[in-house]
Amino acid sequence: MNQNRDSVQMQGPVCPVPLRQYPEVVLGHGSGGQLSQELIEHLFVPAFDSPQLRQLGDAAVLSVNAGPVAMATDAFVVQPLFFPGGDIGCLAVHGTINDLAMMGAMPVALTAAFILEEGFSMETLAQVVRSMAQAARKAHVPIVAGDTKVVQRGHGDGCYITTTGLGVVPSGVAPAPQKAVPGDVILINGTIGNHGMAVMSVRQGLEFESPILSDTAPLHLLVQRILEVCPQVHVLRDPTRGGLAATLNEIAQAAQVGILLDEQNIPIQPAVQSACEMLGLDPLAVANEGKLIAVVPPQDAPKVLQVMREHPLGRQAAQIGQVVADHPGMVVARTPIGATRVITTQIGEALPRIC
Amino acid sequence: MKYLDEFRDGPKAQKLAEQIRRMVTRRWHIMEVCGGQTHSIIRYGIDQILPPEIELIHGPGCPVCVTPLETIDKALAIASRPEVIFCSFGDMLRVPGSQGDLFTIKSRGGDVRVVYSPLDAVRIAQREPDRQVVFFAIGFETTAPANAMAVKLAHRLGLKNFSLLVSHVLVPPAIEAILNSPHNRVQAFLAAGHVCSVMGYWQYPPVAKKYRVPIVVTGFEPLDLLEGIRRAVAQLESGRAEVENAYPRVVSYEGNQAAQAVIHEVFTTTDRVWRGIGRIPRSGWRLRECWAQFDAECRFGLQQLQVEESPVCMSGQVLQGLIKPPECPAFGKQCTPRTPLGATMVSAEGACAAYYNYGRHRQVPVSQ
Repeated sequence: MNQNRDSVQMQGPVCPVPLRQYPEVVLGHGSGGQLSQELIEHLFVPAFDSPQLRQLGDAAVLSVNAGPVAMATDAFVVQPLFFPGGDIGCLAVHGTINDLAMMGAMPVALTAAFILEEGFSMETLAQVVRSMAQAARKAHVPIVAGDTKVVQRGHGDGCYITTTGLGVVPSGVAPAPQKAVPGDVILINGTIGNHGMAVMSVRQGLEFESPILSDTAPLHLLVQRILEVCPQVHVLRDPTRGGLAATLNEIAQAAQVGILLDEQNIPIQPAVQSACEMLGLDPLAVANEGKLIAVVPPQDAPKVLQVMREHPLGRQAAQIGQVVADHPGMVVARTPIGATRVITTQIGEALPRIC
Repeated sequence: MKYLDEFRDGPKAQKLAEQIRRMVTRRWHIMEVCGGQTHSIIRYGIDQILPPEIELIHGPGCPVCVTPLETIDKALAIASRPEVIFCSFGDMLRVPGSQGDLFTIKSRGGDVRVVYSPLDAVRIAQREPDRQVVFFAIGFETTAPANAMAVKLAHRLGLKNFSLLVSHVLVPPAIEAILNSPHNRVQAFLAAGHVCSVMGYWQYPPVAKKYRVPIVVTGFEPLDLLEGIRRAVAQLESGRAEVENAYPRVVSYEGNQAAQAVIHEVFTTTDRVWRGIGRIPRSGWRLRECWAQFDAECRFGLQQLQVEESPVCMSGQVLQGLIKPPECPAFGKQCTPRTPLGATMVSAEGACAAYYNYGRHRQVPVSQ
């Protein structure tokens, strides 16, 4: 890989005031003046390195095939900025790609807006930008435009990123939560709770024998595989904040159907399960960043499950439940001892229990 | 997961339930004392697989729920002070005081932080010597050793900026208060396994004898709970009233004596008001006089506060096992986990929240 793309050029031939004179972000970096220009020329353009960005116009001009397009935007404020398995940079790329992918769209391009706090380390910013660039390149989705603002020290939390994405939706593809019907099968592409517990373990200074890694990943290529074998997939959703519990409740309410889960079939890594037990959290309510729920007609379930398992992001894919006509609007789980419980959406932030 | 999965085994659970079904000849009311047990019972649906003769009454063993309103108001007053970093376990943040909760104080600029251990609060006090760090020391006997350790550590470090807002409560006096109540329906107790891991169960034989009530020390996993219930039913059916330990992998008769020693070095018994229940004599711990310098109530000179509970909330009767949560007219209507009127709706271990979160307010027909 080209070294220049992946590292910050702290000093360049066109720059009278090299970035290295500013080891930290100053208000001027968001002023639109020379310092802003340097940041763009020495950091963002070389890292993201897309033809559109190099034009440095007010907007990127893209050519897309006619037909429905999807747009999505997502803001990222995660703390800490770096966590096991990822960081705010790759998360910002994956998050918006996944929002597009859940509409069945093939992402075409992303834009990125940075809100930086005065005093934020330039080297840390460079690390975040590098990670974003790498994630975008791996996903084959260019970052084509951006913006940077700097807020006064104490008015931000280091670095916030908002990404917006554009994607093309293949004709005939239109997954939507309202489309779930009784009889449908619910599939997930792997273990739940990894992202939330990875972030939480760093925040709380918890250490486990095997570290819990965030599952942050771009899901659009997996979705393409699913669409190849099941273009009429009824629902695709990524269970991010609020976890599986929130996503399934949204589907049940949107379609006015019931959802019956088999708790024992939901894949959970032992380390995530232990961490949740320790902190008194329900893994069903913990965030994921590389997971999708596919609600498919029963006859399509075996082949969808097979293509999921053949994909690197779906090795542990599982059938976790079904859509039923009973209890519309509600998600019910069979517990390991053969009883049932209702799964509700968490109210706010998950609160760890006392004992 | 080792030590957990084997206690969640479906077929074994059904087998225990079947043994209980075969044994039972009449109606019995059994109280699980601890909120963690209530949570587990509702989470796994243990009551659903028991014979209808067995009614589980959910006890007052959720420390969040029984912390008196006055103490919550004191916490809010202390947390509002600009010099204070107020540290608390997470689930205290949403407990409603007279005027909002700790989240409200945080949104208005109060420095409220969630910690997992009082020792984390001591570390914050070390790092920030110019701020007053207060830890909200609530809980049963289970959380007391760590709180006592925190005080001793702060003393050893010579910290002048660390204190505890103490509202410790004790299980055995609560059990006796329930047994002394004229409305009592409880015929056997599942004693709280984690409390007994610290305190042992040497305090219970006199209670079992005096009130002729079986007491079974019980754990928290489905098979633990079913085994505790099975032993309690066996005693009830055969007319025995003994203390049994159904959680021997964790609990011994004497308990953790090192923990008990540090508790008694730092705390002394006091009368305590239980939210929704009232004053129970000698049912709490407070800091001993010699540790008064670490008492947040002394440090911040808080006077007796005038407090008023919601007139519609019936959490007191829920906590005493007199009604089930859905029998309260406010349950699921004015009072939900998003708009809690009483603490039993706030904590995950509160009986009202457990019922609400696991959907017990709704009839759920599930085809098998």
